[in-house]
Amino acid sequence: MITISQLHKSYDLLNVLKGIDLKIPEGKITYIVGPNGSGKTTLIKILLGLVKNYSGRIYVNGNEIDGESSYRSQIGYMPQHASFPENLTVKHVFELVKELRNRYEDLDEELIAKFYLSKEMNKRVKTLSGGTLQKVSAALAFLFKPSILILDEPTAGLDPVSSSILKDKIKTENNAGKTILFTSHIVSELEDLAENIIFLLDGNIYFNGSLDNLIVHTGEHNLERSIASVMLRRL
Amino acid sequence: MIRDIAKIIKYQMHDNLRSKWIIGLFLFYSAASYWLISFSGDSSKVLLSLLNITIILNPLICIVFGTVYFYNNKNYIIFMLTQPVNRSVLFSGLYFGLIIPLTLSFLIGIGLPVIINLNLFLDTLHILSALLYTGVIQIFIFTGFSFFIAAINEDKLKGLGISIFIWLFFGILYDGLILFLLQILQDYPIEKIALGLILANPVDLGRILVIIEFDISALMGYTGAVFEDFFGKSLGTFISFLSLTIWFFIPFALSLVKFSKKDL
Repeated sequence: MITISQLHKSYDLLNVLKGIDLKIPEGKITYIVGPNGSGKTTLIKILLGLVKNYSGRIYVNGNEIDGESSYRSQIGYMPQHASFPENLTVKHVFELVKELRNRYEDLDEELIAKFYLSKEMNKRVKTLSGGTLQKVSAALAFLFKPSILILDEPTAGLDPVSSSILKDKIKTENNAGKTILFTSHIVSELEDLAENIIFLLDGNIYFNGSLDNLIVHTGEHNLERSIASVMLRRL
Repeated sequence: MIRDIAKIIKYQMHDNLRSKWIIGLFLFYSAASYWLISFSGDSSKVLLSLLNITIILNPLICIVFGTVYFYNNKNYIIFMLTQPVNRSVLFSGLYFGLIIPLTLSFLIGIGLPVIINLNLFLDTLHILSALLYTGVIQIFIFTGFSFFIAAINEDKLKGLGISIFIWLFFGILYDGLILFLLQILQDYPIEKIALGLILANPVDLGRILVIIEFDISALMGYTGAVFEDFFGKSLGTFISFLSLTIWFFIPFALSLVKFSKKDL
């Protein structure tokens, strides 16, 4: 469970988050949506400890984030654009993260197998395609069986087969009780996966509830139109 | 904490030692050292030429390479910080993981041809040690500067511009500015101010540390002459050595503090 209270963040004169109160429920797939500049990236960065200068309180699994890094051992993160030192091999990258987390056993290597990453292990990062890098990044996010998964545009750059493998994995992990938070611009993905939706607009939460509620709320006949309706502020 | 830093250093070194820039730098230093020894055969002349390469090129290479390295690794740095790793641990790992390969390429590059021709340098080993120390500490200082510049600027081009300016300022402009200042204030007793200003420039300090060993005042530049005149040789050596060592901590500490508070 992630609890956020009175979260404010501004960059110089620009207020990006304007007092957000939010509970991200445990064991559900929650989708953060909003137009560009709505504050969703900032929100995710604050959760991950990448943005430090904010006011408000954030609790992850009951513990407040207070500048310590240990809470991140409960989080698996898949960024939109993965990047690793280019002269390391894929094997080195996995070893590096295992060493940092001090976890060598009880690992979830399902995605390594399903993405056939074993044959990429001895290749240097600089020789990998963007899609393979994304697969490495996805496999790393799930590897340590974290209770919270934060996925930023997880299927961008993946081919349809890999994308469906990843979506299946997200569903499986969700069924196992994991809290999953993700952003995506692909509405079909949202219909496939999301249970909850958080709509950010101009640094405020415009809507927080289930997908069905959103459609009922907007009075539109499908999800895509409902999202467009919120973005155009017809709600 | 130290164990975590060591883990990051291990992988950064693994990456950097395979970087074509580090390998190129090693080849450049060894070629320069080898050719200078082959052409001259006089250890003092070789060391003077190596000094010029060290105090002019070393800071430039480190500050530019360090800045580009930091910007190019931005997404990797962000990824690392989403792991249970403290910022100071990651920063120290990145910094030492870069300066160790840079230092190795400098020391082995310059040192290998010297070791092969060691007979030539038996009388000038003290100058050689001062030169190598200067080179190494400048790698530390200017890589520190580069990380600081990259930590306070989001824009890569701007960061690179500032880096080149810092190098130009310390390497070339500074001595001229001091000379100009001393000239317009020549009627006042400003020797101590001048000394203070010399201590504030790591490039000058490095040059003084080596040149003072040569006993050739004409090569010192104005600041060096003032320095030796005031302190004498042995105290001058000690003070320049100590100041250079203190200088190592300044950019490193500044950039560490900035990086620890930065929004990424």
